[in-house]
Amino acid sequence: MVLVSVEVNGSSYQHEVEPRTLLVQYLRETLGLTGTNIGCDTSSCGACTVLLDGESVKSCTLLAVQADGAAIVTIEGLSGPDGALHPVQQAFHEHHALQCGYCTPGMVMAAVSLLAEEGQLDERGVREGLEGNLCRCTGYHNIVRAVLACAGDRAPAGAVDAVGAVGAAGGAVGAVGAAGGTGAVAS
Amino acid sequence: MPTTPAVPRHQTVFGFPVQRLEDEPLLRGTARFIADLEPPGTCHVAFVRSQVAHGRIVSVDTDAALSQPGVVGVYTAGDLDLPGLGEVPPLPTGPRPVLARPCLAGDRVRFVGEAIAAVVAESYAAAVDAAEHVIVDVADEPAVVDPLSALEPEAPLLFPDHGTNIVREETISTAEDALAGADVVVSARFVNQRVAAVPMEPNGTLAAPRDGGGLLCYASTQSPFQVRAGICRALGREPDEVQVVVPAVGGGFGAKGGVYPEQIVVAALADRLQRPVRHVETRSENLVAMSQGRGQVQDVEIGAKRDGTLVGLRVCTVTDFGAYAWRGGISFHTSTLMATGPYRVPQLELSAYGVVTNTSPTGPYRGAGRPEATAMLERAMDLLATELGIDPVELRRRNLIGTGELPLTTATGASYDSGDYAGALEHLVERAGYAALRADQEARRSAGDRVQLGIGVSVFVEVSGSGSEYGSVRIAPDGHAICTTGSSPHGQGHETTFAQIAADVLQMDIHDIEVVHSDTAVVPRGTGTFGSRSGQLGGGAVVTAGEIVVDRARRLAAELLEAAETDIVLADGRIGVSGVPTRSFSWAELAAHAATPVGVEVLGEDGLFAEDDFEQSRGTYPFGAHLAVVELDTETGKVTLRRLVAVDDCGNMVNPMVVAGQVQGGLLQGVAQALFEEMSVDELGNPQGTTLAEYGIPSAAEVPSFEVGHTVTPSPRNPLGMKGIGESGTVGATPAVQNAVLDALAPYGIAHLDMPLTSLKIWEALASSAGR
Ligand code: FES
Ligand code: FES
Repeated sequence: MVLVSVEVNGSSYQHEVEPRTLLVQYLRETLGLTGTNIGCDTSSCGACTVLLDGESVKSCTLLAVQADGAAIVTIEGLSGPDGALHPVQQAFHEHHALQCGYCTPGMVMAAVSLLAEEGQLDERGVREGLEGNLCRCTGYHNIVRAVLACAGDRAPAGAVDAVGAVGAAGGAVGAVGAAGGTGAVAS
Repeated sequence: MPTTPAVPRHQTVFGFPVQRLEDEPLLRGTARFIADLEPPGTCHVAFVRSQVAHGRIVSVDTDAALSQPGVVGVYTAGDLDLPGLGEVPPLPTGPRPVLARPCLAGDRVRFVGEAIAAVVAESYAAAVDAAEHVIVDVADEPAVVDPLSALEPEAPLLFPDHGTNIVREETISTAEDALAGADVVVSARFVNQRVAAVPMEPNGTLAAPRDGGGLLCYASTQSPFQVRAGICRALGREPDEVQVVVPAVGGGFGAKGGVYPEQIVVAALADRLQRPVRHVETRSENLVAMSQGRGQVQDVEIGAKRDGTLVGLRVCTVTDFGAYAWRGGISFHTSTLMATGPYRVPQLELSAYGVVTNTSPTGPYRGAGRPEATAMLERAMDLLATELGIDPVELRRRNLIGTGELPLTTATGASYDSGDYAGALEHLVERAGYAALRADQEARRSAGDRVQLGIGVSVFVEVSGSGSEYGSVRIAPDGHAICTTGSSPHGQGHETTFAQIAADVLQMDIHDIEVVHSDTAVVPRGTGTFGSRSGQLGGGAVVTAGEIVVDRARRLAAELLEAAETDIVLADGRIGVSGVPTRSFSWAELAAHAATPVGVEVLGEDGLFAEDDFEQSRGTYPFGAHLAVVELDTETGKVTLRRLVAVDDCGNMVNPMVVAGQVQGGLLQGVAQALFEEMSVDELGNPQGTTLAEYGIPSAAEVPSFEVGHTVTPSPRNPLGMKGIGESGTVGATPAVQNAVLDALAPYGIAHLDMPLTSLKIWEALASSAGR
């Protein structure tokens, strides 16, 4: 057994763990933070993404002992002190960027990190920035919209609209656009 | 605080893109999936799986495993003695025990990954470690690993007692010679390759003894009642002795339908050990143990007059069921049902065979037979267009079934309800700017650009929502409505859309509706979520039940107010005399009255409650037209999808935001089959994609945003005028993208390539065509 000391979502923890314990197992099984999901065994899917000292990592690629001394944020630690959703979580909700929600915690953490790292983000930047996170439900369309919406004025002019406009291109009935009252209804 | 959509109170919300009510726990990481559930004392299962594709099991030695630390027990087929799983759908002639799928392989293994023994231990790690010590002696037998070889007279037989590898057959013939009278006939063989479903959450089951007897099973499934039926049958239990609860489910796509052998084994172990027992697949397990999709070889001949009018179609398909008949019959049948698509096909000869092979079993995967049928027809139409020198859009135009011809029953037995197929195509052509795209393509061709443009179109009709579904509505004492459905979501947004439907019928605020689902102890019966059925069938049941509740409410209010029932209206959340607010009741007041002797006298014990099993035996037929634009780098063979434009028609939409999400997800899975994915095996039957590193599903970087639009043609077959939308993305996009790539390749003399259209495959084709 090896002693691991970490800070997770602002609290300090010390545990004796088996050396083979992955960080994701430590978070889920030892700390009970099951919001971080597991979707593969080859570090391919990103479902397990957390922030380690501010940067996104796939927590299945690390042993718990390698995180010794680090500060970790998981999906459970993302909301504000008042419990309000983080802007990225809020944007995922507003843009319907989740369906089954299994990829969502990892996707949100990856997006938080991407937004923090990149000065400017356009659609291509978002797509490439999230390449390590797989989603089987959404076709990524609304995930990209949600992240671009968060990029806000850091996005080059028109980046958000460019994506939105695809749905309305040619003046035809974009599903969401079709409802006419969308803007008013979707808060 | 949960964010709430600013839906006006007491106003209809049907048809509005209401933000989802189920998002918050998923966004916060507090939703619970199977792997997050671990009651005290849970033991864990690791399955010992076959490493060979075909062989006789000589012995399974569990002694060494039993003595490993933490091991609770090791169980083989003989230890558990569970009955096998039958075929879905069953044949009219009844079950065929000889073809049953064992829960654990007993005397023979038939695919790499088949479960042979279950190791139960105090921790998952201990179970996996001990599983390494189970010694399985298998006498290898020759394997048959592709569907065409399975038909060879000398092919090894998977079920010698069955006498053949053919397990299903359908033939349809409307003409002696389907091609008689054709000026032009085009023939081709297409391989619709096998793919994996890959829900981001693999399969998982947790079973535990229930207080007071029986079992409580949590399953990551699309159909809790089918899981319950399977477990009850295997364990000889009554339905009320087994409760199946579905927690959050990380996607299904058809592959989490029905009941799996592993689910039954876990339930049997919990029953035997009287302890909670859990199994959650690793991804590597999932990629061999979960049913796979598609897998069909299609020989097609299509005949037409010079002007492009179709004369007939001759088709022979061979569908790969994998190692067991089990669930392959669903896609098999649907692919024959939809063989003539949206076109007038005066003459048809069709023969379809389903065969078993020594590979992972197949089953429904998003589209389940419709993508196979549509890809076949739409590739054939493009080959025909080339042969005739007619633009592919124009050829389709000339053959689409007209609105005036609907409803109609096709030669294959499909009962098309309503549709405007040409309308969808024209909408697509305009929306995509088809003429401008062709001009761009022409310019690049004549300039000899290295990067060429390909444009692909598909028009399709598909089938959705057959069978029945349960729904009920009850007004609770506090006046909120409890809406129960037998449908069971895994990402589709039921809690929002069903609330919208009930809110509309009851004229209630959407937040006053509680949607109850996915627990067989709370929902009396149900079918599940698959086949794009939930909105129309589950929604239909809620509408019917809700309308009965409204009628009952009006009857009670009339009695209490001594008014005529015809004068009682529902307005602003109150039920009472039209135009006289003082003579009215809130739902809570009325619920209280319903419980009084007067209320019981008027309404009976049911009070403000009603239930319905909404039935739609013929299904509904959604349709659409999709267009893909690709760029092809002619030097490297690399294809880049530039645009994917989809016009879908699913009738009336409850929530257009949810509908668009369904379409977008399906589109990507269509693109994935067309360009990227293939589940292949080597000549010995070893799967070549057992991790997500080998079996790559597309990321955001591989695709553009999608352009999603709609036409609206309500179905006459359900009260809401709905059709399914869960699967049309894969139906239309797969051939649109394939056609686009082959359109780009046309000038190079390449008529057809099978999916997936990888850069390597294209580069090789370009190289060999240049060398010719
Ligand atoms: S679970 Fe970590 S990348 Fe898939
Ligand atoms: S929302 Fe289901 S995997 Fe992304």
